[in-house]
Amino acid sequence: MTTPNKPAPVTPVLTKRWLSPTSWSIKTYEQLEGYTALRKALKGTPEQLVQLVKDSGLRGRGGAGFPAGIKWSFMPPNEDKPHYLVINADEGEPGTCKDIPLMMADPHSLIEGCIIASYAMRSHHCFIYVRGEALHCIRRLNAAIREAHAAGYLGENILDSGFDLEITVHAGAGAYICGEETALLDSLEGRRGQPRLKPPFPAAAGLYAAPTTVNNVETIASVPFIVNGGADWFRTMGTEKSPGPKIYSISGHVSKPGQYEAPLGTTLRELLELAGGMKDGIPLKFWTPGGSSTPMFTTEHLDVPLDFEGAAAAGSMLGTTAVMVFNETVSVPWAVMKWTQFYEHESCGKCTPCREGTYWLAGILERMVEGRGTEADIDTLLDICDNVLGRSFCALGDGAVSPITSGIKYFRDEFLALCEQNRGAYVGAHS
Amino acid sequence: MGDTDVTGVAPVPAEHLVTDVAEDLSVFDADIVEKAGQIIARYPQSRSALLPMLHLVQSVEGRVSQAGIQFCARQLSLTPAEVSAVATFYTMYKRKTCGEHLVSVCTNTLCAVLGGDDIYRTLGEHLGEDGKRLGHNETAGEPGAPGSITLEHAECLAACDLGPVIQVNYEYFDNQTPESAVALVDALRKGERPAPTRGAPLRDFRTAELELAGFWPEDEESYRSTVDGPSAAVETLRGAALAEANSWTAPPMPNAPLPAEEPRAGSSMSGGEKK
Repeated sequence: MTTPNKPAPVTPVLTKRWLSPTSWSIKTYEQLEGYTALRKALKGTPEQLVQLVKDSGLRGRGGAGFPAGIKWSFMPPNEDKPHYLVINADEGEPGTCKDIPLMMADPHSLIEGCIIASYAMRSHHCFIYVRGEALHCIRRLNAAIREAHAAGYLGENILDSGFDLEITVHAGAGAYICGEETALLDSLEGRRGQPRLKPPFPAAAGLYAAPTTVNNVETIASVPFIVNGGADWFRTMGTEKSPGPKIYSISGHVSKPGQYEAPLGTTLRELLELAGGMKDGIPLKFWTPGGSSTPMFTTEHLDVPLDFEGAAAAGSMLGTTAVMVFNETVSVPWAVMKWTQFYEHESCGKCTPCREGTYWLAGILERMVEGRGTEADIDTLLDICDNVLGRSFCALGDGAVSPITSGIKYFRDEFLALCEQNRGAYVGAHS
Repeated sequence: MGDTDVTGVAPVPAEHLVTDVAEDLSVFDADIVEKAGQIIARYPQSRSALLPMLHLVQSVEGRVSQAGIQFCARQLSLTPAEVSAVATFYTMYKRKTCGEHLVSVCTNTLCAVLGGDDIYRTLGEHLGEDGKRLGHNETAGEPGAPGSITLEHAECLAACDLGPVIQVNYEYFDNQTPESAVALVDALRKGERPAPTRGAPLRDFRTAELELAGFWPEDEESYRSTVDGPSAAVETLRGAALAEANSWTAPPMPNAPLPAEEPRAGSSMSGGEKK
């Protein structure tokens, strides 16, 4: 079915254990090569592991796509201060639903990845910051940590290597902004989750002002496989600059929504085929490649390779590969309004462009959807977006304008149609 | 120039500006004090214990009260203002006492398209009284009493492939309809505990908050029953099942050696495991 050079359409790596009974237990995990990568890693040096992850080309799976090995290499080689590894498990970007199933189905893969990554970065305390609403994940992670302790994979002198590590699971309390890595660190320190000015970057001054690396769940869960299979194996999937498999979360108006782990660079056309096509045959209208903060795509973009470069070249971003699919029945201005209300609610309030911008953007969109908008509102929206994009403290503001600017770019007529009945009033006001 | 004397210029006497009422903290008994200490012990710096401690406070009172704020402040040597600032920032900390159950309906765009808005509206009407719809963060029944339900609309609950989703006490009820949601809250009001699609057997909001603070059932059997609660939704497993049905796999993994350290640019050094 597949040639040696081209991987299969679905390449289960992270998801391959999910079908096994009680896949979350250490027994199942160990039967399926679990903790073999840890044994191998502990025989090498931290430098070798950083080199391996660099060679693999693994890029951050939390949205930004920063090369993980490079991020790790920013950690200082000395241990003048404690080093921390912090896992960002605050999954909340609208459409994103990959880390929660991963932590439920295979928590040990994350724990094993945490131990290897902590060893590579000379950290002896790792925190997993899990979204509070993901209670079942928190439960499974805690159980996995207990099991790993009992098996000697955590605690002091792990597998007689002389390496010590504790992992603490920390429940968040309902704030999207805590998915931003510096806001997450403030939250983990017991403060309001508001982003910090960078530099200093977390590797210089992160948690408790000590060297810290923040990585996404899927990134770290990929590490044991890279340790076992090697960088060249990892690169047999995906593209030159975006190697590896990736969990594409397909939701919305498709026949079979779900989690499909495929090589990076898979297109929506291919994903739709896997997901059984559009639900009830109603045609596609718009979709997001990686969550609501990534500018929307349309039917024009069915063949865009969904890797970091491909999505960017087509005017969007890969984000979290949260593919939300909407059919022709959905109003774009309404969808954009709903997303904007989300950003308004989740704006942390620290910086003016985002706090005020999202407030006014939501208000204007609500007015338009209620049929009280005018053509001038479209210009006002774009003008506000222009004052939020790139002028906010963190990426929340940038994400907030994505649905609006892309929605108007591709579906301006739909925004205009909402204003049609007010056209007379608008013209009259200027005559 | 010194700081402005805000009490000196205030239009009301200073004693009216600062309400330093010492709350009765007796509701937080020795067991809770002990648990607060255990939370603090998890962290290199005590202030990190604040978020879990606020969850602990909610497990006692079903909300974060002024007493709860003062309790956390005392445990962590913070001011009540510092604790308040944090407690009011996060959506999951409730200022009004929550019902026995917290029902959260995702109304973010994707769930809303699939029916989440209808579900939220229907539940509001169904749980309301005297023709008045139950609003966001409002409770049907005497808050905390058996069968009482607090309703809220939630932001994306990260279960988009299973939308529209509802959570009860943060356990997932997937693929809902207005009808199934009404049946769910009716069962809750009757004191039943319907099984979540994904999650532990249903308990109540306060128990969920205790778990969020990091405290789990002590006897092994109850503990395992919560951990082993279902998670394998059809949607979650779809990609893996499709691959299995078609014999699709990732390329086989060789047992590759770890790379040599820091190859110099331009060198042709390839592998070689360190001894």
